[in-house]
Amino acid sequence: MKKGSLRQGSLRFVETEYFTFAHPPYVFELEGGGRLGPVTIAYETYGTLNRDKSNGILILHALTGDAHAAGYHEGDKDPGWWDSMIGPGKAFDTNRYFVICSNVIGGCKGSTGPSSINPETGRPYGLNFPIITIKDMVNAQARLIDYLGIERLLCVAGGSMGGMQVLQWVVSYPERVASAIPIATTATHSPQQIAFNEVGRQAIMADPNWNNGDYYGGPLPVKGLSVARMVGHITYMSDESMNEKFGRRVKNEKKPFKFSPEFEVEGYLQYRGDNFIKRFDPNSYLYITKAIDYFDLSNGVGLHNLLKGIKTKFLIIAFKSDWLYPPYQSQEIARACKRAGVEAIYCELNSNYGHDAFLVEVDEQAHLITHFLNKVAESIKR
Amino acid sequence: MKTGLDHRIIMEFIDDGSTVLDLGCGTGELLCLLAEEKDVKGQGIEIDDKAIFECVAKGLNVFHDDIDTGLPEYGDKSFDYVVLNQSLQQVKKPDHVLREAIRVGRKVIVGIPNFAYIKARLQIGFLGRVPVTPSLPYQWYDTPNLHFLSLLDFIEYCHKKGFVIEKSRYIGKKREVHILPNLFALTGVFLLAGEVKG
Repeated sequence: MKKGSLRQGSLRFVETEYFTFAHPPYVFELEGGGRLGPVTIAYETYGTLNRDKSNGILILHALTGDAHAAGYHEGDKDPGWWDSMIGPGKAFDTNRYFVICSNVIGGCKGSTGPSSINPETGRPYGLNFPIITIKDMVNAQARLIDYLGIERLLCVAGGSMGGMQVLQWVVSYPERVASAIPIATTATHSPQQIAFNEVGRQAIMADPNWNNGDYYGGPLPVKGLSVARMVGHITYMSDESMNEKFGRRVKNEKKPFKFSPEFEVEGYLQYRGDNFIKRFDPNSYLYITKAIDYFDLSNGVGLHNLLKGIKTKFLIIAFKSDWLYPPYQSQEIARACKRAGVEAIYCELNSNYGHDAFLVEVDEQAHLITHFLNKVAESIKR
Repeated sequence: MKTGLDHRIIMEFIDDGSTVLDLGCGTGELLCLLAEEKDVKGQGIEIDDKAIFECVAKGLNVFHDDIDTGLPEYGDKSFDYVVLNQSLQQVKKPDHVLREAIRVGRKVIVGIPNFAYIKARLQIGFLGRVPVTPSLPYQWYDTPNLHFLSLLDFIEYCHKKGFVIEKSRYIGKKREVHILPNLFALTGVFLLAGEVKG
């Protein structure tokens, strides 16, 4: 363990760093035909890159995640979003691996997105921000990995939208990833998944404060974003986990009936929704959910054809109670690996937490990931 | 850990450096042995959660899947060997699974418990009880076995279906059985050709 660690299993204070590329006259070309430049990516790193630069692991976050995956920011009470999995002695062991987490482009946590200043107008992009895709996010990350001097990553890993980036990484840069861990994800976004995202987008756009995306400096579309977040939270949980967490319990204080939250579940959703504006930009929500909806990796070709001849080793994890990204979608990825002759492990974990399981079910995931990474690291040494 | 005789025999059947698909690989002992001693590139399919964790801890590639439905993705002859050791009697449709195994493998290895083992016969015939033997160790109410067959049943079935048995070995309590295997063997291990006759 490195000197100065707070305690076994937790990182010292960490800081977000920024990498900017595509300065004029260069631009970053996007899959949809748009151009961006300059482009900034926010990222954090944990652990130390070894001499032959073979221990790099890229962690990819979900829809509303950010670069702060582990450790504590100065003054913060809560650690990064996957701190249970990243740190000394944890699944992504920072004593052994150099772990990188980058924020996606289109985001609002330090990377170039719709709330960033458009250099052409001197004002926030708003809806002038070009359409982005999962592939664009991955291409931008590849620039960051170039900048960090890493030719080949030991692993790319992530859940939900992070898992989509994992799959895109393998297909776009197969020689650059020794292994891949897609969790609770899909290779093709389904109509049901698009439908939930569309409800979220409609809620944001129906908020009068949204103002066609031009709300920066004025009143924010708080309520629209809040409703979008509420829908999101419902899809991340399961019937069982909601039953356990809230039951039909009602709040204590008695107020005259005016459709104010009575049930605990209502209060929870409203609280989560209303607070979301503090950390997320509504336009980013629109752009990123759209990028997710566009995601169809195989696009009629058949995923197994894209994976043929690929040397990347897979660990595919799904959760039985996840109805947003149901196990059958992970099984499709596993089947494509089978057909393509790609080395793979597929595991369906028992959990009541629904889609959220990938963030909260630590022990079993950590077991799988630890042993899988051991094997991959060994096979690279040989 | 001491290697079981069935594993030893299966190891003898398998050539060095080949590819093996183990259907119902359990905790992965056989695949682990094959990787270590025979430089085999293995893939397991297993339905039990806990067994999967042990496989991954051993560094094996394993799919959490049902072998009744888990084979159609594999192309013809995509493995040198497909192993069904003590799992054929546990699947819903053994005939379908074995046919699929023969399609996917160049050779197929099947290990089955013998329901006609002498002590099983005695338990049924004299005691009037459903047999519990070292190769059929389960009580009727918690057995994973769905089908009960003797070694002769299997051999006759293979003849009828055109499956070609290339080698067969029989195992008793501690050693191999050469005389009257259907009476004295607990387990049979068969090497089947990868094609169907006729």
